[in-house]
Amino acid sequence: MSALLDRPWIWAWLAAFAAFAATAAISQSQGIAGLLVAALTFSAFTVLVGLGQMFVITLGPGNIDLSIPATMTLAATLSLKFMGGAGALALPGLAVALAVGLGAGLVNYALILLLRIPPIIATLAASFVYQSLAIWSNRGLRIKPPDLLSDLMLGRTLGLPNVAYIALAACLLAWVALERARYGREVTAIGQNLRAARFAGIAVERVRCATYLLSAALAGVTGFLLACFAGGAALNMGQEYLLSSIAVVVIGGSSIGGGRSNVPGVPAGAMFLFLIVSMLNSYGLGAGVRLLLTGVIIVGIVALGTRSRTAR
Amino acid sequence: MTPRLDIRILLPVLSLAILLAAVFWLQPRAMSYLGLNLLFNLAVPVALATVAQMIVIMVGDIDLSMGAFVSFVACVTATLVVDAPGLGYAALAAAILAYAALGALIEARRLPAIVVTLGMSFAWGGLAVLLLPSPGGSAPGWLRAVMTVKPPLVPMAVLASAAIALAAHLVVMRSSFGVLLRGLGGNARSLGRAGWSPVALRAAAYGLAGLFAVLSGMALVGLSTAADANIALRYTLLSIAGVILGGGEFTGGRVSPVGAVIGALTLTLAGSFLSFLRLSPDWQIGAQGVILIAVLAARLLFGRRAR
Amino acid sequence: MGDGTARAPGAAPGRTPIVRLDGAGRAFGAVRALHPLDFAVRPGECVALVGHNGAGKSTLVNLVNAVFAPSEGRVVYPGPEGGDGAEGPTGARRVEARRSAGIRAVHQELSLAPNLTLLENLRIAQRDLTGRGWRKRAADRMRGAFDAIFPGHGIATRAPVGDLTLAERQMVEIAMGFAEGAEPARLVILDEPTSSLDASIAAQLVAHVRAFCAAGGSVIFISHMMAEVFAIADRIAVMKDGRITEDRPARAFTQDSLVAAMGHVATEVAATARVAPEGPDILGPGHDLSARAGEIVGLAGLAGHGQAAALSRLYLSLASDWGRGRAPRAVFVAGDRARDGIFPLWSIRRNVSAARLGGLVRRGTIDRGAEAALAQDWQARIGIRTGDLSAPILSLSGGNQQKVLFARALATEAPIVVMDDPMRGVDVGTKAQVYEIIRAEAEAGRTFVWYSTETDEIRLCDRVFVYRNGRIGTELAGDAITEEAIVANSFEMAATA
Repeated sequence: MSALLDRPWIWAWLAAFAAFAATAAISQSQGIAGLLVAALTFSAFTVLVGLGQMFVITLGPGNIDLSIPATMTLAATLSLKFMGGAGALALPGLAVALAVGLGAGLVNYALILLLRIPPIIATLAASFVYQSLAIWSNRGLRIKPPDLLSDLMLGRTLGLPNVAYIALAACLLAWVALERARYGREVTAIGQNLRAARFAGIAVERVRCATYLLSAALAGVTGFLLACFAGGAALNMGQEYLLSSIAVVVIGGSSIGGGRSNVPGVPAGAMFLFLIVSMLNSYGLGAGVRLLLTGVIIVGIVALGTRSRTAR
Repeated sequence: MTPRLDIRILLPVLSLAILLAAVFWLQPRAMSYLGLNLLFNLAVPVALATVAQMIVIMVGDIDLSMGAFVSFVACVTATLVVDAPGLGYAALAAAILAYAALGALIEARRLPAIVVTLGMSFAWGGLAVLLLPSPGGSAPGWLRAVMTVKPPLVPMAVLASAAIALAAHLVVMRSSFGVLLRGLGGNARSLGRAGWSPVALRAAAYGLAGLFAVLSGMALVGLSTAADANIALRYTLLSIAGVILGGGEFTGGRVSPVGAVIGALTLTLAGSFLSFLRLSPDWQIGAQGVILIAVLAARLLFGRRAR
Repeated sequence: MGDGTARAPGAAPGRTPIVRLDGAGRAFGAVRALHPLDFAVRPGECVALVGHNGAGKSTLVNLVNAVFAPSEGRVVYPGPEGGDGAEGPTGARRVEARRSAGIRAVHQELSLAPNLTLLENLRIAQRDLTGRGWRKRAADRMRGAFDAIFPGHGIATRAPVGDLTLAERQMVEIAMGFAEGAEPARLVILDEPTSSLDASIAAQLVAHVRAFCAAGGSVIFISHMMAEVFAIADRIAVMKDGRITEDRPARAFTQDSLVAAMGHVATEVAATARVAPEGPDILGPGHDLSARAGEIVGLAGLAGHGQAAALSRLYLSLASDWGRGRAPRAVFVAGDRARDGIFPLWSIRRNVSAARLGGLVRRGTIDRGAEAALAQDWQARIGIRTGDLSAPILSLSGGNQQKVLFARALATEAPIVVMDDPMRGVDVGTKAQVYEIIRAEAEAGRTFVWYSTETDEIRLCDRVFVYRNGRIGTELAGDAITEEAIVANSFEMAATA
């Protein structure tokens, strides 16, 4: 039991369960099953981008990908335009979204490497360019995704939403990559001590490049899935994922300073975030109070949940 | 003066000069009192917010709530300060204290400032919406008068920016108090060993940043005569970019207040430059990103050659 | 209490001590770092603290320096300014009492703020430097200290400390320790103060410490360099396993008896005959220096003359930030452990395997059984003192952490081992062990490129390059590698520069 309580992600799960119970108690109209499905559906998208952000954050202080929202929007816009509603182009459409994500990741990483600027600034500056590209290609048109994909995204299997299975599969893969594969060791080593990693023969730049590609690729695919789910791409569709992709990593018990991350905390953090917002909604609070409470709750959780780094 | 110091200041100065030359070449009429006033009109609040951000970066953190906080201050100034001055100024003072308390919290619990400030950006945004659900309000008379004063020869915005740079330089770089704050960014452990309280120092740094941010929000209302909850959201990016353009570094407490103000001026000018280019609105945002990247690239080239 | 009647073993009775530990001890959780003990330092005394890594020297010094409070007993500063009972429970009061007693510390791990100038760093240490003209007062104090301790060595006061070399930074810390201030320095703690200094500057420091003590000041001196200990100390306290085992006047010890008291048999490091290898160059044109397979190549010269830069250049030219070859050509053993070596959040085992991950991958994932076997094997071979390899790396003492770094490097199959003064602050027993391993590995065909600030180590090399001003000045080989030759070449070149 105490071993379980030592896990950094356990608090996120407890908080998510508490938030679920509290929300279920006040939202009888929706029913517990309905709430669960909604939570699984909406947090699935946060989980996908949160996993990418987690690997980036693991790389160490200053590593945060702020281009996730713009990459999502751009990938969604371009892939929907490419498919033009044709179900036959579903897989090529996914490939387009993936390629857009990889391209954005490559640009992000190139800026970080060539300009030697902090990743926060590089990804932020690049995200403006992606945002402009999305505006330009979108031109206010709202293209519908192929019905095939919409149905898939909205559908359920064995009573649970399909997107939740996608997120679960991504979590499993990410867990293997972080905890068992060489890549996870190397990312974690770099996050703890970049110089030591280099002197230990780790191919530092290769790992960093792969990590930014991974984050942007996940953002691209998530943008694609979200647009299919929502019935089209909107220019502000990625906005909320700027905060939530970072918040779920930290709420999940990973160190924002890098070098210590865990996968199970990410879905817990995503569920918790969604449930808190829906709880505030069910109280019928106005936008101002809702924003205020969301902020205060996030700060409060971080203040209570963050354990200081191993004492020296 | 060591040559190193010169480079740190030379880079932002040069990028400002080049951009200014480009603007004058595109729009010769800008080369006048009135033109300069228009170009740098919005520079004062940006410069104040940049100095605030610089103080936070100086102690090793980043403030992602800067834009939301300045917007909140603007809403307080445009409503409470006008309607109930006593309450309004008390609210502003409380906001500064809240910033100091956040600093203390971040140090005492070793919290990641990025996440705390990101969360706080929601809190400030919520408060601003509560105060001012839709755009409106008005500027206090004295504030409007101060921000629109027309001194002879040099426009107000330029004079005020110089004054901000000087004040920040004296406090941060010259005073013995500023040394402690920079020391916190450079080596917090040795400060603790020398008997200083890191919690008190980080609170002081955040409080000082809060003060500059409050001044920024007030100056913004003085210029725009109204406020809304989203009025300054882009200041988060602008202020970070300004600090970096001005030669500041993200870690280790190496910053330059004069450079930061010049960086803020450069970014303000870049906005004006874009509107002179009559760029399609689709590309306005992207062009800002491109300018930021270009200046950073130039800074890198310069830095290499100087070394 | 506090009127000078306390008695501490080995201390000359009479004068009021500057600091007195009454049964003070310290435990960190379940780990006992220092058993309760009595200890005092009186004016004019120069006490050397010797012992192996992990013997409790740093803990003792941190109690004296009020970095933390004792978990039992008391730390008292009975002097005129210190006042009795100043061992207050709160951190601020404790530090304040220590400061007004005139106790200053020069730490082993450098504790300056790199973004501040030398004067600004002094301002952090000295609270009275405020108000108008504080910079001028700081400059006067700093200049006075430099002229007194390191005559002939000026350091730019406007440059940030981070732009100075390691040796210069250490000089700055020492000068700050002795600088004039509102509370004059009465007891200066020097923790491995010469680890980055070359011989001539270290000699200046030794001379100054003697003069300081003769004038009534006190010093607590920690060093692994026996010659310095005997040159400086008039009293030596030997520590072992968190206790002071002997505390006697320095003349009661000889080098051999002191080393024996520390708990290790003295190892004569004089080179036993070693046949220099004749094979082809493994490093040659294109690199700064040349080396044959199986050769031990030393980099010598005054500290800060480009050896460290040459090493990282050499290593990075052999490694790649992009490649991921199965067998790296070179591995690196860091001297600055915290900066270049340790992964602080990881276990000992993961720290050992970090450079060999490529060889441990089976079917896409890391074979954790093989990893554990690797770490166990090297724990046995190199003698890492721990019962549990999954314990955090930071639970080890400094010397044992260094052994982990050696294990990490030697566990690879890389033909070249680059070492950046890795014995800094390592105890004599560990050194002897590591020397043996290096010799054995060289016999087996590995090449070692070894930068060291200690002449004893350089004499173990087959060939030595003496650096001057960032370049190789002289190459010495075989019998020509003598202390005299190395020193003469370092200085001769410095003079012609």
